[in-house]
Amino acid sequence: MTSENLSLILTSLGPIVLAAIAGTIPLALISFAVGLAIAVAVALMRLSKVRIVSALARFYVSVVRGTPLLVQLFVIFYGLPSIGLTIDPWPSAIAAFSINVGGYAAEIVRAAILSVPKGQWEAAHVIGMSRRLALRRIILPQAARVSVPPLSNTFISLVKDTSLASLILVTELFRQTQEIAAFSGEFMTLYLEAALVYWVICLGLSAAQNRLERRLDRYVAH
Amino acid sequence: MSRTEPLLTVRGLAKSFGATPVLRSIDLDVPAGTVTTLIGPSGSGKTTLLRCLNGLEVPEAGTVTVSGGPSVDFGDAVSQRRLAALRDCSAMVFQHYNLFPHKTVLDNVIEGPVIVQRRPRPEAVAEATALLERVGLGEKRDAYPFSLSGGQQQRVGIVRALALKPRLLLFDEPTSALDPELVGDVLSLMRELAAEGWTMVVATHELQFAREVANEVLFMDGGVIVERGRRRRCSAARTRSARGASCSG
Repeated sequence: MTSENLSLILTSLGPIVLAAIAGTIPLALISFAVGLAIAVAVALMRLSKVRIVSALARFYVSVVRGTPLLVQLFVIFYGLPSIGLTIDPWPSAIAAFSINVGGYAAEIVRAAILSVPKGQWEAAHVIGMSRRLALRRIILPQAARVSVPPLSNTFISLVKDTSLASLILVTELFRQTQEIAAFSGEFMTLYLEAALVYWVICLGLSAAQNRLERRLDRYVAH
Repeated sequence: MSRTEPLLTVRGLAKSFGATPVLRSIDLDVPAGTVTTLIGPSGSGKTTLLRCLNGLEVPEAGTVTVSGGPSVDFGDAVSQRRLAALRDCSAMVFQHYNLFPHKTVLDNVIEGPVIVQRRPRPEAVAEATALLERVGLGEKRDAYPFSLSGGQQQRVGIVRALALKPRLLLFDEPTSALDPELVGDVLSLMRELAAEGWTMVVATHELQFAREVANEVLFMDGGVIVERGRRRRCSAARTRSARGASCSG
């Protein structure tokens, strides 16, 4: 590695990391939080006994999982203006990522709720709980433990998927990298550097996942 | 309330799973302060009968009446609200305990009183602690269920039911999942509760217990009560205030 390359890495690292902190990470965090709320709602709709409600939820999941995220992003940012709905890059990105996470995580949450033994519902009812209260106090906390590993997967995917937002003008890690690369012409160096930064972020997330699992494991036999 | 009016009255209860009838026209009276045991082979309908008494199963026909409480006619459509009202009269102890694994022993016990019945937390904690100490689990207050033996978990299950202060205690084969050496503790606790005058309906395979403790033993087979064995324990229906007195059972 030449010394020019090394100094390029060092001078570009600042702006790239900054773009990660100001763009990639908040984009991922907000989208995941909103997406998770959508997911719980959609999962509960799917479990509903009212057929039309569960059909709606199934339709949502089917559309989200059956179409590419990039297409969803473009429909919202480039498509909607043609029917008079113009949304800025950031809100467009958050909307697309949230809707996408909502679809994938809904299935995870649904499976996690179903994995809680029926006896837990019954015990909750016997102490006088309504369905809603049982869900909130007894079922969801147990479902949460089961869903941490698959949801972590979804979150890690999301962090990397936020790079697609570079295509709708959101200044995040990858777009920042592209700009520096175009300016310097050192594509290999800079894209590998971007890959490294993504990887470091995801390493941190894996560590956080382990800690969370251990915390939630305190009531499980080992 | 008349003294002879039973706490729980069941008439014409019928339930089937698909095309298979599991209960056929069950009649049952449970006077206050008495113990009724349901015995019979597996699949005879004991558990289903018990679960119909608190609406965990919804029968197709029949009535369940709690004196001074709800009377539910299952011939009509029954709202969740009516089922909840019926359920609030009783508490159930499960064969597989069904403790909440994510809550400590104490939190398992106070969940109903504090969250559902909205009683003051300090009061609920004090009562729960006293009950846990009584069953020898005072030190396990802050433990999680996984760290307890089956017998300990079932005693917590019983305490969780008692903490609700129900009028009726339902036991669904409470010792069937226990190792043989742990059965004794749970049965002796149930004997104490019976002697204190709790109204109990117990589905069990413990014939000895069923005979000794019950005021009435119901033998079930094929979804019907095939035999009723009544025995006089005391001259009058026992109440909690009469605990121990002149009871030579």
